[in-house]
Amino acid sequence: MKPAVLTGEYFMTGDVACAEGALAAGCRFFGGYPITPATEIAERMAIRLSHVDGCFIQMEDEIGAMASVLGASWGGMKSMTATSGPGFSLMMENIGLGICTETPCVVVNVQRGGPSTGLPTHGAQGDMMQARWGSHGHYEIIALAPSSPQEIFYLTITAFNLSEKYRLPVLIMTDEIIGHMSEKVIIPEAKSIKTVSRPKPKGRKDRFKPFAPGPNGVAPMPAAGEGYNLHITGLTHDEKGYPVMTVEAQTEMMARITEKIQRNLDDIIRTDSYLLEDAEIAVVSYGISARTSIAAVAEARKLGIKAGLLRLVTIWPFPEDQIRKLADRVKGFVTVEINLGQIHREVERCAGGKVPIFLVGHPGGTIIHPDSVVKMLMEAF
Amino acid sequence: MTDSQNHKQKKKEIIITGFGGQGIILAGIILGKAAAIGEHRESTLVQSYGPESRGGSCSAQVVISDEMIHYPYVNHPDILVCMSQSGYDKLIKQMKENGTLIIDQNLVHPARGLKCDFFSIPATSMAEELGRVMIANIIMLGFLTAVTEIISMDAAQKSVTESVPKGTEKLNTKAFKKGHDYGLATLKGRQKKAAGQAGAIS
Repeated sequence: MKPAVLTGEYFMTGDVACAEGALAAGCRFFGGYPITPATEIAERMAIRLSHVDGCFIQMEDEIGAMASVLGASWGGMKSMTATSGPGFSLMMENIGLGICTETPCVVVNVQRGGPSTGLPTHGAQGDMMQARWGSHGHYEIIALAPSSPQEIFYLTITAFNLSEKYRLPVLIMTDEIIGHMSEKVIIPEAKSIKTVSRPKPKGRKDRFKPFAPGPNGVAPMPAAGEGYNLHITGLTHDEKGYPVMTVEAQTEMMARITEKIQRNLDDIIRTDSYLLEDAEIAVVSYGISARTSIAAVAEARKLGIKAGLLRLVTIWPFPEDQIRKLADRVKGFVTVEINLGQIHREVERCAGGKVPIFLVGHPGGTIIHPDSVVKMLMEAF
Repeated sequence: MTDSQNHKQKKKEIIITGFGGQGIILAGIILGKAAAIGEHRESTLVQSYGPESRGGSCSAQVVISDEMIHYPYVNHPDILVCMSQSGYDKLIKQMKENGTLIIDQNLVHPARGLKCDFFSIPATSMAEELGRVMIANIIMLGFLTAVTEIISMDAAQKSVTESVPKGTEKLNTKAFKKGHDYGLATLKGRQKKAAGQAGAIS
């Protein structure tokens, strides 16, 4: 039997590092359905959860997988699933149920080329808008994008911590390249890993309201079997959890599930930068594309182009302020992503027409070569 | 400059290619791990992934560097290791000028008149002599370590024993050494030949 935190230095894939990050965060339930290129996460969890008295279920499909993850969370466990495009599509309805019922959990999407079955074994970043708006109705979501196997280890812990703190499904939007790439991953000692668990209710059990917001806008959450009467529904509900079909209840519930995110942007949004301080052109990218963009920025600097990189670690909620501030001082933006312009549109929206914005996009199947970013930097500015 | 300084000079990009089932990806893992863990450098491994891993042509792309690797794909390898003819045919044109080609001569018949640095080893028949054709990849790794010095022998050997299935460490170490010895002998042969030629001129 191995411990939950496998302290040490490894040469491992992003998928395996993601699974190890989940275990280190305290995840003890995985419900999934195999799909390339995310299967290795399930495979690792199937082996490793048995070491830590956890539970692994392969469900009949991704709809069931997502439902099992929500159920496990209400059972008191930190729970997760991992999938890719087609499975992510199937999970969308129950991700919405998770948002509506304020259920903490983590969903990993190891993106491959789409639409439909697309390119199962080749990477892309084409599900970024689906991550934001894929489930019906209006809502807020948190999505993170790692750029290396080492980062996916830490970001998976962050994803669990944010999901527990704000009570919602948190998405890790990685890609086939990071998922299948092996690189050095250092797993620290267990005591140095900070984990967050959902706030537990106190006081009289008969007066408990499972959706009455606490000080940070988030309600404490009991687990099934702890003696609280719970009614959990995807219908519009009041603070007690009972369905109420009124405009007022809808307005109140929507405020609850959106404001807890909107009011804590500073805590949720993470960005990273490279040579951005004095940059005249801001390259905006994330995931594997941000990694190749670093090489492009370094090369551009050698050619006398003052470029810098803003790497988005949190994709949703979108780092609007960071882009707005940059728009006031740079000459222009270049967005780099493996799709034909998704986050690009967000950058465009936030820049508000102040400066020109160019896209280095790719339909999927490979990573973006730094040369194509350098070329854009030279031609556009 | 000592050997250890020499092999730590700069970024090296390697492709190992062969059939699925030959342990091509494992060879890539061992190589990458030796650099990342054994030598505390940076390395990435990207593998071709798909039906290839069930018997078709497959490849492992490894980058080794002293700095962070931003682009993990290998389009133009410094070192191309071929353990199948189809892999050779597909990738030989992509090799860098002045690159190093290493082949399993039992399986690959290269074109005549190659201008690149070229090494060959009968890895498959040597593996058969050791009783298991499956360890040809490890023999090849030993050979690669000896003739290219991209990683140290200690790091490579340690990575082999840590990465192969439990119970096969001894056999794999033996295979690694066999390949390594063959590599050293090949280098020695070259030196002699070079010295002989120099002698003829003077």
